[in-house]
Amino acid sequence: MNGLQWLGASALGFFRRLGRGHLFFLDTLVALPANWLRPRLIVQQTYAIGVLSMIIIVVSGLFVGMVLALQGYNTLVDFGAEESLGVVVALSLVRELGPVVAALLFAGRAGSALTAEIGLMKATEQLSGMEMMAVNPISRVIAPRFWGSFLSMPLLAAVFSAVGVLGGYFVGVGLLGVDEGAFWSQMRDKVDFHDDVMNGVIKSIVFGVVAGWIALFEGYDAVPTSEGVSRATTRTVVHTSLAVLGLDFILTALMFGE
Amino acid sequence: MSFEPATADTPLVEIRGLRFLRGSRPIFDGIDMDIEAGKVTAIMGPSGTGKTTLLKLIGGQLRPDAGTIRVDGQDVHRISRKALYELRRRMGMMFQSGALLTDLTVFENVAFPLREHTDLPESMIRALVLMKLQAVGLRGANGLMPSELSGGMARRVAMARAIALDPMMIMYDEPFTGQDPISMGVLVQLIRKLNKAMGLTSIVVSHDVAETASISDYIYVISQGKVVEHGSPQNLGRSDSPWVRQFMDGLADGPVPFHFPAPTLAEDLLGPA
Ligand SMILES: Nc1ncnc2c1ncn2[C@@H]1O[C@H](COP(=O)(O)OP(=O)(O)OP(=O)(O)O)[C@@H](O)[C@H]1O
Ligand SMILES: [Mg+2]
Repeated sequence: MNGLQWLGASALGFFRRLGRGHLFFLDTLVALPANWLRPRLIVQQTYAIGVLSMIIIVVSGLFVGMVLALQGYNTLVDFGAEESLGVVVALSLVRELGPVVAALLFAGRAGSALTAEIGLMKATEQLSGMEMMAVNPISRVIAPRFWGSFLSMPLLAAVFSAVGVLGGYFVGVGLLGVDEGAFWSQMRDKVDFHDDVMNGVIKSIVFGVVAGWIALFEGYDAVPTSEGVSRATTRTVVHTSLAVLGLDFILTALMFGE
Repeated sequence: MSFEPATADTPLVEIRGLRFLRGSRPIFDGIDMDIEAGKVTAIMGPSGTGKTTLLKLIGGQLRPDAGTIRVDGQDVHRISRKALYELRRRMGMMFQSGALLTDLTVFENVAFPLREHTDLPESMIRALVLMKLQAVGLRGANGLMPSELSGGMARRVAMARAIALDPMMIMYDEPFTGQDPISMGVLVQLIRKLNKAMGLTSIVVSHDVAETASISDYIYVISQGKVVEHGSPQNLGRSDSPWVRQFMDGLADGPVPFHFPAPTLAEDLLGPA
């Protein structure tokens, strides 16, 4: 009986949270447009969320691109197709690794910070304080941060892919001696702007929305204690990563799976 | 800020049959209160009786399980969100913890409600903020961050912020805690002065019986979810109700329990049989 009770209670808790999460998302969406009346808030948050994530994105992108080139070369060279290295590197990055890895790094770098910040604001009554000053924390605190992640994610993914291609170029052309002209021209011929680049961008937009939503909701819904905030921060990273990987599969199946 | 002071016979805040539970534990169990406009009303009671909770109920941050709270004629828990925010603009609240925004300086904290709700030019905001900070004696601290303030200072900044918009009513949650005798004296006078000069209505929650009684027009004593006594400070001073005597005189023995509800000590120590 106790096991059954526990099951029921956790299911109820789960659905309650799910409901709160969606209401929170709706409230945020409603508050979004008015934020453009005060673009300074959006700029600040885009800086804190996006610009400050640049270093980790650039460094990781570089290494991922270099590894892709090494691995791709080893396989391609067996078929005498090492000229296609540029295509392999660019396609993997633009379609998959750019959006996905950027989103995973984002969850660790910016998402966790957002959750901890909002959670602590809640724990120290700053959010209640705002409410009592007739300032809606959703519009003043949450919405600008949501804009920040929404705007940053596609750009971070694009930077990741671009730097990754450069890394692939250094290793492929510079180190392994792939023909430079072939590397670039094949890439230009085979990477389709609409099918590959745009689909990657769409993915990263979806990931930006999801990562921002999860991070902000976890903070806003955190139990207002040190332990509660620390748990919420962990949940942000775990849930965002799972959501990104799961959504990536669905989106890939929809986009590329004829 | 414009407002019409409520007439003497309709109180600014009217609480009827208020019931509020935390889990299954009643915090309030049928409370009626009238808070007159233009007066200083004190709410006293032992720690943990729900004074902070009462202020949050009045501010519409918590919902009662039964009963109504009307502020300026509007039922706080029935009106739309927009109307509630309109109403809150005219209520200032000084949180027990201060609740300052930790990423803004003292100056920006006090300026915050002005920037959010008005289009005043920067020079005007500066003048207003410095005036409010001067009133609480912290003009010199305007460049500090909240983390650089002591608890008592943070509370005074919170007070300056609560009066920034010149509200019709201010709720002070333990304004005197952590103040030295000098700033305590200044704050006591300030609350009284603001009340007079700006025609404010003030609700003061405090344990400092003598100081609070000296500036309040009316006192409610709450304990265990009920109003146990109310009246003017003079009348309470003369009251022979054991509740009031114990609280006003700070006696350990009496009807007000010092302990949070619990099984007897012996039962707890011996553990479940
Ligand atoms: N978030 C909460 N969840 C559950 N119970 C709570 C919560 N906040 C307060 N309580 C309970 O409500 C009661 C009233 O709390 P409240 O903070 O209003 O007391 P108070 O009268 O302001 O005390 P103090 O004078 O110490 O500030 C307390 O007994 C406390 O245990
Ligand atoms: Mg309290």
